[in-house]
Amino acid sequence: MTPGAPAPTDTARVPLVKGAPSGSVAPRLTPSSDSDPLGMVGRRRRSIAWLLGLTALLVVSVVLAVGLGSVNVSPATVARIIGHHLLGVPGDVTWEVTDDAIVWEVRMPRVVLAVFVGAGLAVAGAALQAMVRNILADPYVLGINSGASCGAAGAILFGLGAGLGDYALQGSAFLGALGASLLVFTIARSAGRITSVRLLMAGVAIGYALSAATSFLIFASDSAEGSRSVMFWLLGSLGLAAWNEALAVVVVVVAGVAAVLTLLGRRLDALVVGDETALTVGVSPERFRTQLLVLVSLMVGVVVAMAGSIGFVGLVVPHLARRCVGGAHTVVVPVAALMGAILLVWADLVARVALAPQEIPIGIITALVGAPFLLLLVRRFQAVPT
Amino acid sequence: MIRAHGVGHRYGRHVVVDDVTLHLPEGATVGLVGPNGSGKTTLLRTLYGSLQPATGHVLLGDDDVAGLPRERVSREIAVVVQEHGGDLPLRVADLVLLGRLPYRRAYQRTTTDDHALAAAALQRVGALHLAEREFSGLSGGEKQRVLIARALTQEAEHLLLDEPTNHLDIRYQHEVLDLVHSLDATVVVVLHDLNLAARYCDHVVLLREGRVVAQGPPAEVLVPDVLEPVYEVGVRRVDLDGEINLLFRPAHSLRRSA
Repeated sequence: MTPGAPAPTDTARVPLVKGAPSGSVAPRLTPSSDSDPLGMVGRRRRSIAWLLGLTALLVVSVVLAVGLGSVNVSPATVARIIGHHLLGVPGDVTWEVTDDAIVWEVRMPRVVLAVFVGAGLAVAGAALQAMVRNILADPYVLGINSGASCGAAGAILFGLGAGLGDYALQGSAFLGALGASLLVFTIARSAGRITSVRLLMAGVAIGYALSAATSFLIFASDSAEGSRSVMFWLLGSLGLAAWNEALAVVVVVVAGVAAVLTLLGRRLDALVVGDETALTVGVSPERFRTQLLVLVSLMVGVVVAMAGSIGFVGLVVPHLARRCVGGAHTVVVPVAALMGAILLVWADLVARVALAPQEIPIGIITALVGAPFLLLLVRRFQAVPT
Repeated sequence: MIRAHGVGHRYGRHVVVDDVTLHLPEGATVGLVGPNGSGKTTLLRTLYGSLQPATGHVLLGDDDVAGLPRERVSREIAVVVQEHGGDLPLRVADLVLLGRLPYRRAYQRTTTDDHALAAAALQRVGALHLAEREFSGLSGGEKQRVLIARALTQEAEHLLLDEPTNHLDIRYQHEVLDLVHSLDATVVVVLHDLNLAARYCDHVVLLREGRVVAQGPPAEVLVPDVLEPVYEVGVRRVDLDGEINLLFRPAHSLRRSA
């Protein structure tokens, strides 16, 4: 297509013109004279800038959010307290013991949970959107949250999972999530290949069925107090946060899965183009989708068990990330994680402070922020000719 | 080298491909032609292992494609299918670089060598200027060329294409096939347009109801006596300066004049 193109100087071994003596690179691919014709260097720089900027913003958000509440602690003091506990710097305690307790024992675990729940939901949303090739997919599209809700309702209303001790609620919710994922997976697989359509249909069906079961549990219970607790749980809350094993599990699982998905980002890209394309570049779509399903279900299950169904984060944040840094998942995944974390830290702050001492379910806040953003997205879609 | 031996395929009780044996001459451009539903695409998908044949087998070198790791197959067979993704964005450069996936471990990033190859492939199809655009925003012809660039980036010995001229205007049809024909690879291309097959293919395989009706050089396969019963239309062939030109008219006018 470029007749008379200059002789190549590069060692590109690529194909492929008939008659070219083998071993010669003569009229083969002609490398561009431009040193960065694909814009890879510029893009890499922009991605790093986004990652650094968002990390800084997250750190600032955490410090501010920990300081604000019924008792305000100055950011400088917060930073020193966190530094003291995490790094042992500064070594000398120059602040009130009560400030220390408020910052480190009460608020910090909750903000840490917000960071990892937000990151987990955003990453799960990004992965699921790629996996089912649908921009409306969110972490709950496979019915995992309905399973968790069912388990939680059973625990709150009927004392299910009492054998799990302190973790009766989280444990039951996680088992519910696990059960729902297994059901969806089995149904999607029973018809042969796991396609995105089958996954979506199985997820929606299981989701509705388990929501009905949850509603029935609420209906069947006599406890008004219990029903209210279930409703509150359904709308999401970070109130269960404490320095304990459950928080550690959330941190480890979310960080691990997000890291793996970042590393496998290019395979997600392949899946976005299509199953057949993925296959022809060496990614078996069915096997990869199964691996993704296991990772994402585990992450969503852990997050939902700890924080309830917090909506819109996993739907909206991935889109925001894609708009900012493009569609490549090696960048979209970590950027979405950071954005989700920041969003949830602030949403939880509002949930705690806005109507204090009453706490608003955090799902209400994320929905209030997320819905207008989704509407913006709708406008943008109309603007693009198809 | 890809060889198909007695390949058969069925959807339920409906036989789509029936006992097809193919030898693809190395370095040749092979056209798969035939009416709708003759099994062209199914046969093509079987050749690269996307579908497992119900009978027979497809060999890549000495190995059965069905038993090979996908990365290995992808290093030897590049494929261009009509698949244009969903609503999620992806830059052209990222899409073309997917062609390097079979050469890297799952977690590895692309290297500058990969970038040079992808840029060269884009330049080869005249689409380097599109590198930073969104794939979904391209025109049909641009998309087709980008998909071919991705296939070139795979550095495979075989290139398989499923109706690459679909939705393209005449100029791009010729550009795409001219490009494909000029490659030093063994090419298998599913085509609807017999005149394009005549011009750009070294070898033509004519299918009807899943069976090979005829195969050989275009001059021997693309003759009215062979084509008329398969397509059920009247065919006239006019050779101008050694170039085959096929003219068609509907079957009912054929009967009337007979």
